[in-house]
Amino acid sequence: MGLLAYGDTGWGDEFFFATLMTIAVSVAAIFIGFFLAAIFASLKLSKIKALNLIGSFYTTVFRGVPELLVIYLFFFGGSGAVMYVAKIFGYDGYIEINAFITGAVSIGIISGAYSTEVFRGAIQSINKGQFEASQVLGFKKKIYYYKIIIPQMLRLALPNISNVWQITLKDTSLISVTGLVEIMRMSYIAAGSTRDPLFFYSFAAVLYLFLTFLSMQLFNKLEKNYSKGY
Amino acid sequence: MSMFKKTILTIFASLLLMGNVLADKVKIGTEGAYPPWNSKDESGKLIGFEVELANWLCIYMKHDCTIVEQDWDGMIPALLMRKFDAIMAGMSITAERQKTITFSQGYADEVAQLAVMKGSDLEGMDTPSGINLSLGGSDVKSALKTLTGVLAGKTVCVQTATIHQNFLDSGDVGKIDVRTYKTQDEVNLDLAAGRCDAALAAAVSFTDYAEKSGKSVVLVGPTFSGGAFGNGVGVGIRQAGDDVIGQRDAQLLEDFNKAIDTARANGKISELAIKWFGFDASM
Amino acid sequence: MDLMIESLPKLLNATKLTIQLTLLSLFFGIFVGVFFAILRTGKNKFFYYIAYYYSYILRGTPLLVQIFIIYFGLGQVEWIRESFLWVVLKEPYSCAILAFTLNTGAYSSEIFRSAFETINKGVLEAAAGLGLNKIHTFFKIKLPIVIKQSLPAYGNEMILMLKGTSLASTVTLLDLTGVAKYIISTTFRPVEVFIVAGSIYLIMTFIIHSFIKYLEKKFSYPQ
Repeated sequence: MGLLAYGDTGWGDEFFFATLMTIAVSVAAIFIGFFLAAIFASLKLSKIKALNLIGSFYTTVFRGVPELLVIYLFFFGGSGAVMYVAKIFGYDGYIEINAFITGAVSIGIISGAYSTEVFRGAIQSINKGQFEASQVLGFKKKIYYYKIIIPQMLRLALPNISNVWQITLKDTSLISVTGLVEIMRMSYIAAGSTRDPLFFYSFAAVLYLFLTFLSMQLFNKLEKNYSKGY
Repeated sequence: MSMFKKTILTIFASLLLMGNVLADKVKIGTEGAYPPWNSKDESGKLIGFEVELANWLCIYMKHDCTIVEQDWDGMIPALLMRKFDAIMAGMSITAERQKTITFSQGYADEVAQLAVMKGSDLEGMDTPSGINLSLGGSDVKSALKTLTGVLAGKTVCVQTATIHQNFLDSGDVGKIDVRTYKTQDEVNLDLAAGRCDAALAAAVSFTDYAEKSGKSVVLVGPTFSGGAFGNGVGVGIRQAGDDVIGQRDAQLLEDFNKAIDTARANGKISELAIKWFGFDASM
Repeated sequence: MDLMIESLPKLLNATKLTIQLTLLSLFFGIFVGVFFAILRTGKNKFFYYIAYYYSYILRGTPLLVQIFIIYFGLGQVEWIRESFLWVVLKEPYSCAILAFTLNTGAYSSEIFRSAFETINKGVLEAAAGLGLNKIHTFFKIKLPIVIKQSLPAYGNEMILMLKGTSLASTVTLLDLTGVAKYIISTTFRPVEVFIVAGSIYLIMTFIIHSFIKYLEKKFSYPQ
């Protein structure tokens, strides 16, 4: 147990920071995913067939190809790929190539594919009546989207977003191959240094379970909040 | 190259220039997991033969250097991506690698050898003490034949993307079950666990492991050099190019070569080699 | 472009391993899943909690951690190396299948459990009324309903398992992802390799998808 002591003699503090890193990458990834999902969900819901296809292509590829392969694509394809993707969305500047960005973008793109389906499904399941009523009442599209449709969509999507979050959180363990020091990588280093892989990988499992548990609590609370009045 | 690509590259290169490429700052990449060439101490600081040598070479080059850690399997891509400017990670100079990057002159020799756990039936192989694949000849051929026979159907573990893996995959020792691992450490662990009949890596890395872990790892068979094993370990640098960065790389290559000459002439390489390897492995 | 053609035979060869790992893990996983699903729907509190925590732990931790614990973790334990367990734990192939089976078993148990729970009480009462004993009820009534109910979710799980086998490459196995990574790291052309390897995975995903759709048709009541 002394192995986990905080400070110089033990690995406790390293793992604390590694856990923060895992959370940070997961949060970055899921928001990158939400950003992409907003775009691709609208593409999939559009009336134009070609846009639908682009949306489907994105969700099919990034939910169907193993995460490791996507990570290798970005890790070995490096800055070129990241900057190319960013350029599509108008960001022309210099992005420092580091493991965090590589990781967050790779997982983010995958997370986005799942989130796209969630958003799409949620919007589609909103009673058509809501759309019609809003239009009849004379609300402009932008307004009724923000005030009426999106809040309902969030409520419907929440349980599934909770799943996407779990997936994203666990997928971050794969970024360890790029060298980013998150939980998995930290346990790899500690296991190598102390020649005690069983202890440290089990400890990593415990940390992930802890994060999973916290997430479930958080989402339960969110679901309660958003379901007020229903 | 299309106009589009050219523009992107120019923007990228100029921004990179503004970033960290100004004048003398040189970043050197190393693995930190390949003792005694490079490894980490308990506090996580990079140490090793190459870490010390790098610092000395930088003094001779009058460059301001930082040493950066990088996983082995991403070493060359990271160099190409400009994460750092030079590789000093026990990387042997091979024709294959020279297709993508260039190397300085070699600064140290690395011989490879097979390792087994004590008591293995591979001990006591009837081969010469060392063979150089570049020299060829009948004794090399007969040694390879002996090895093929002895290793047939066995499991041999290596680190991925190494000259050792290339040699085993080349067919020179016939058909064997080659297992590849991300780091040499994982190879050592599985060798000690009994999952590998043998492992192939730099002889010094096995002796280092045996010493530090207390496991009874034994070197068997001939030492290998030449051929797939390359011609010594050198500094990996991006190939020269026409743009600003490319020209800087060409200059860096020259600087490293001059610095290595200096370090060889004043005995620095030998001194460090004896300190870390226990013998003079300098080239 | 020529890299794509060159790498195809090596990648297809590695696909064989990927398919093996996927099918074997799914096969054993079904048994594990049904077993734990039964424990979950049973009356025994102790078994219920064993099944509950099994599922919670295996779904709450990354597959990578699980496979590392089994391969690297257990591999360093002296008494395991001397026991009969070493037969399975020595080889990366069996370690991988063990890890994948346990993992898919947990997810499958959730799918089957929820399918079991949605069986209409009325159907069970009718079966009892007809005098069918427990075994008969299970195999002739419950099981077909569970299968039909589980199909969509299980199809998804099959695809997840297919993707999961890519982690075998982290324990020395040369599956499709492992070979793809090797080719990428020696040729530095990640995009081309990604396209070929990715397409192979997508084709397999499509096959699984079609297979499930076919089964759904087969198991649906004649309309």
